[in-house]
Amino acid sequence: MLLIRCPYCEMERPELEFRYGGEAHVVRAAEPETIGDEAWGQFLYLRSNPKGLHAERWRHTNGCGRFFNCLRDTVTDRIFVTYKAGEPRPELAS
Amino acid sequence: MPDLTRSRLTPLSSLPPAVPGVSYSAAPAIARLLYRGSDGAVAAGAAFGVALPTQPCSSAIAGDRATLWLGPDEWLLLAPEYETLAVQQAIAAALPGIAHAVVDISHRQVGLRLDGPRAAAVLNAGVPLDLSLKAFPVGMVTRTIFEKAEIILWRTGPVAFRVEVWRSFAPYVMAIMAVA
Ligand SMILES: [Zn+2]
Repeated sequence: MLLIRCPYCEMERPELEFRYGGEAHVVRAAEPETIGDEAWGQFLYLRSNPKGLHAERWRHTNGCGRFFNCLRDTVTDRIFVTYKAGEPRPELAS
Repeated sequence: MPDLTRSRLTPLSSLPPAVPGVSYSAAPAIARLLYRGSDGAVAAGAAFGVALPTQPCSSAIAGDRATLWLGPDEWLLLAPEYETLAVQQAIAAALPGIAHAVVDISHRQVGLRLDGPRAAAVLNAGVPLDLSLKAFPVGMVTRTIFEKAEIILWRTGPVAFRVEVWRSFAPYVMAIMAVA
């Protein structure tokens, strides 16, 4: 079982308590009615779907209940860092 | 007003049988209030009489009241039965114009106590957390899961836990404890 660090509980917790929430940092337009169908469709449906490092949302559903963000490698399933919602995507030292 | 308490049935009327090392008891009826809000947490704690702890997964007790951290802007407030309205009014009076919510969930869930040196082992039949005293010290509280049911787990003593579970899930949780 994966252990995922919740940035709100400030501790590692079992994967069973979490739910995946899709790609992170997908920003909704402030005035969606002005951006046109194509941009709106991209916002709704198009995701980067990388093979490798992916910034994604998770929710500590059966814990503190909060959404947070996570950098995970989609090939190895390794989680590099988790951070609070609203914080910028961290740079990883390579 | 009809006296609802006289006709209310508890799902804890039939507890798992005590086995060597762990015994079960139903916690008495209590007022449960869920407080949500960030800015008013200090004033709400002062009005309630127990500070709302800011350290994650911690709890505070004063007299017959307790506050349990559930999230960064979410606490469970426990008080004697029938003080629900008084608590709601005291907090509302202390937080004029400050966004917050106090919801009465007294009868949404029930409290089940486990006592004994094997209590942690029984809980670990369904709880995927490290329940050693080092990782889960006295006073620690958190929402988690027991098998498929969500619970609130609160360590009230070195070998004593309180499980808060939604009432319709209580038979499920107790059935698994009975065979743990
Ligand atoms: Zn959490």
